[in-house]
Amino acid sequence: MTDPNAHVVILGAGHAGGTAAALLRQYGHAGPITMIGEEPIAPYQRPPLSKAWLKGEADAESLALKPLEFYAEAGIDFRANLRGEALQRTAKTISLSDGSSLNYDVLILATGARPIVLNIPGADLSGVLFLRSAADAEALKAALRPGVRMAVVGGGYIGLEAAASGRALGAEVIVVEREERLLARVACEQLSSFFQDHHEQHGVRFVLGASVTGFAGEGGRLTGVTLTDGRTLSCDVALVGVGAVPNDEIARDAGLECARGVVVDLQARTSDPAIYAIGDVTHRPLPLYDRMFRLESVPNALEQAKQAACAITGRPAPPAETPWFWSDQYDVKLQIAGLAFDVDRILLRGDPASGKFAVFHLKGDRLQSVEAVNAPPEFMAGRQFIQNRKPISPEKLANLAVSMKEVGA
Amino acid sequence: MAKITYIQHDGAEHVVDVKTGLSVMEGAVKNNIPGIDADCGGACACATCHVYVDEAWREKAGTASAMEESMLDFAENVEANSRLSCQIKVTDDLDGLIIRMPESQH
Repeated sequence: MTDPNAHVVILGAGHAGGTAAALLRQYGHAGPITMIGEEPIAPYQRPPLSKAWLKGEADAESLALKPLEFYAEAGIDFRANLRGEALQRTAKTISLSDGSSLNYDVLILATGARPIVLNIPGADLSGVLFLRSAADAEALKAALRPGVRMAVVGGGYIGLEAAASGRALGAEVIVVEREERLLARVACEQLSSFFQDHHEQHGVRFVLGASVTGFAGEGGRLTGVTLTDGRTLSCDVALVGVGAVPNDEIARDAGLECARGVVVDLQARTSDPAIYAIGDVTHRPLPLYDRMFRLESVPNALEQAKQAACAITGRPAPPAETPWFWSDQYDVKLQIAGLAFDVDRILLRGDPASGKFAVFHLKGDRLQSVEAVNAPPEFMAGRQFIQNRKPISPEKLANLAVSMKEVGA
Repeated sequence: MAKITYIQHDGAEHVVDVKTGLSVMEGAVKNNIPGIDADCGGACACATCHVYVDEAWREKAGTASAMEESMLDFAENVEANSRLSCQIKVTDDLDGLIIRMPESQH
């Protein structure tokens, strides 16, 4: 356990960093806590930025993880508009972007990930947007109104959620995806085709199997996206959502062990015992799947914030959780539990045409992952089966007449 | 504004004023009250904001939607007065509400 009076510095004030700060106080850490954030505002929830917030159904106050006064009241020194530039691990100091430096006893790296930037002509035109921060979301929201033509580059979750919100705001939306199907890296084929149909019913158009080779513009303003086949799709705004990369440079430069992100253990500890890393920036163990992986999700950020706060305050390590994800598009609630590693059998439960179904991914008689569309019982039960490594009967699972409670009985 | 009493599983009580329009979950999370995790931030996607509504307040707190019911169905230690606190909107009528928390949300 760390000295209860230790100075904990949290680099990064996103969902992971903000949660770690709050949990440290909940768990009784008495020493000073400093939280450094690159953005101008206190930690907030990012998921609604592409969903409820974009559609105008949530305000800035509801996005905030905690009210601003919380940090002062809890004795958390929150400093905005600051970045960490370099780590001196022997001296336990961190150099900041304003030229100052800060001493730490314990450091938590919560630097997150950043959107991949397309290195193609026209990428700097006004109207080429990303969606990661509240400022990004403000710019997108300001651009979306009835009749505006939006091209979404990348048919992943961010792109599809923004497409759905764009349609709700009356924009014309076309999605360009490099792969032959949507959500190719993150979901099964049944889900891809379900979401494509659903978006098409809501007026979204798709160009699949095509890459964007450049952005066309006039007077510094975007006018279209150019595709590999030579076509240019006219548009007023382009949202680029082609994945993210971890902000792990500061850790790499300081010689911390890194792979696809900063390598941590199940207590979120890096290769330096005084430094923890949490959230999107980490390459972490997945004990249920017996491998290391980088996850980009809120549940992952929360789980690791808890791991670090427990380790720092001398609490027992929390049990490993089953990774999970969710997405809201139109009237569709998608909930995913687990990861589809080493799958040898895929089972469909329910009829996609009914708008309510689940896809189960099995390895032998063990459930590895479930993708549930408007099907909370399948998600909730599936998550428990994965967590408990419970052998299940594929026949029962595929039979809608057998309830999920009975499947698990 | 409504005064809400949140009682942790170990008996620790937290009494806070929660703004009308927020959810009972947000009232706990924004005041850093332990015991409600709310992993999904109120999207009714995770069932980690499970609470027990004091018997005297059950009617005023309303009833669970079909989506909420089916999530609760698979939560741990569910009782007749179980709710997902992200789905209870705070109104002036809920001034005095008493909420108890389960031992764990995971």
